Amino acid sequence: MENNHINDDSTICVVGIGNEYRRDDGIGIHIARKLKKLNLPNLQVTENIKDAIELIELWKNKKHVIVIDAVSSESDPGMIYRFDVSKKQLPAKYFRHSTHNFSVAEAVELSKKLTNLPARLIIYGVEGKDFSEGVDLSDEIQKVAEYVLDLILQEAKPSLQPLNHSN
Amino acid sequence: MNSKSQKNKVLKVDYLARVEGEGGMLVKIKGNQVTDVKFKIFEPPRFFEAFMRGRDYSEAPDITARICGICPVAYQTSSAQAMENILGVRVDGQLRALRRLLYCGEWIESHGLHVYMLHAPDFLGYEDALQIAEKNPAIVKRGLELKKIGNELMKIVGGREVHPINFKVGGFHRTPKEDELKQILPKLKWALEASIETVQWTSTFKFPDFEQDYEFVSLSHPDEYPITEGNLISNKGLNIKVEEFEQHFTEEHVEHANALHCIHNGFGPYYVGPLARYNLNFEKLTTKAKKAAKQAGLGSKCFNPFKSIIVRSVELVYACEEAIRIIESYKRPEEPFLKLEPKAGKGSGCSEAPRGMLYHRYNLAQDGTILDAKIVPPTSQNQKTIERDLLNFVRKNINLSQEKLTWQCEQAIRNYDPCISCATHFLKLEIERE
Repeated sequence: MENNHINDDSTICVVGIGNEYRRDDGIGIHIARKLKKLNLPNLQVTENIKDAIELIELWKNKKHVIVIDAVSSESDPGMIYRFDVSKKQLPAKYFRHSTHNFSVAEAVELSKKLTNLPARLIIYGVEGKDFSEGVDLSDEIQKVAEYVLDLILQEAKPSLQPLNHSN
Repeated sequence: MNSKSQKNKVLKVDYLARVEGEGGMLVKIKGNQVTDVKFKIFEPPRFFEAFMRGRDYSEAPDITARICGICPVAYQTSSAQAMENILGVRVDGQLRALRRLLYCGEWIESHGLHVYMLHAPDFLGYEDALQIAEKNPAIVKRGLELKKIGNELMKIVGGREVHPINFKVGGFHRTPKEDELKQILPKLKWALEASIETVQWTSTFKFPDFEQDYEFVSLSHPDEYPITEGNLISNKGLNIKVEEFEQHFTEEHVEHANALHCIHNGFGPYYVGPLARYNLNFEKLTTKAKKAAKQAGLGSKCFNPFKSIIVRSVELVYACEEAIRIIESYKRPEEPFLKLEPKAGKGSGCSEAPRGMLYHRYNLAQDGTILDAKIVPPTSQNQKTIERDLLNFVRKNINLSQEKLTWQCEQAIRNYDPCISCATHFLKLEIERE
């Protein structure tokens, strides 16, 4: 489920991960789908990552990657974390749990050891409120998702070609 | 882990790492006697057998595949076979070959993951694969590449890597064109060489001296190494058709596990998985797989469960070679599936999941509605043998340090590549009313 963009140095790869059937755990997927609908040039959006090994495979030849995941760290719901992994260690406490085989923190660590971390890797984490079974984000996190979407668009702006506003 | 005194020891691992699902281990020692051994499965029950009741027969492969993200093809194959047996059809020729090819992909990705990321750290004295990557990144890259190639094969044949969507009772929704399959041949040829190197690498590990008199049980087929079908045989004289399974094997509930323990009636615990397949079907391996085994110092029989990591690697060689063979002789079938008419009946299916044989049995109503389902996964079957291994291993090594003994007990559990998520499908529930 990847956008078919040609990869070059200016392409930004956005990866939304999580479990869309556990409400706020699906915020990464929710944002990725919204980004995909925008069909922006130079933005490659992926959303159905099954495990960290696939994540490593996906980002290993990329220059600029943005990952969005839910966080459960007992801080206030809606708290947004942004980590520039290329500059600073990713605190495992925010990304240690996973609905997959590995956590994002482990993927980052393994990738570092294999020397295939992207030159620029930004990880957004959003503290969820409701991780129970269900397909919709909680109202509170829905609003935060819109804000994070804007942050990512701002972050990606220098690489995005002018949009066609014909409609 | 904690220790009460020199005389009384408790080896306790609350959450086993590097296994699929949630389980723990408890070993109690008093003086020089082992007083209690438990392989504890506390992952919540999942009730899949109950979910199946009232669903249409055609839904079984897709629903049961959700039991496991590592071995969904095993669930699809065993459930589809059971349905096809009830409906009186046999998937044969190139459709059968395609199913076997998809299954090879699953063996490659699952064995690649377990050998390199889950089990090898035990032998190398590392906590996890991250530490292997730090010391020897090339090794981990080889393991990840093998897993990736297995996944790619599953995607080509099954439509996606995890929980393939192209599988159906009677065949496939769509069959791949010859060219679609051939594109992965260069990668599979690399994977074959990498698998041979894997056998050589794992054979250099140090193995505890521990051989047991197991009853190995696996499928057996007259013409091929068992993956998708065959009779059920053992080294203690069992030779039955799959539909006779429930006359010879009984599942029982124990208090400390949310997974049923399975025993062979009149024989007791038994062993399923790569070591069982290897011991019972060595002659059906390819020349290259046999040669790799021989160079690794394995004979045609192996009774040391710690060496299952070498055997699993030999099966990687086999799966790669078999996949290449199937692709090179593939001719796209005219129809992707057989036409089916629902009817009432009872039927069973069995295939060899990466970690051992997986049995399914269903009863259908006249319109194809599922009335009853039974699923016996490999980890469920191995539980008692795992506990017996722990008991005998601790007895034999009771003077090892607490730390070393706990480490090797965890390693002994991982010999079986247990999939706890698969096993916890049932909870015996009794309601008393006054």
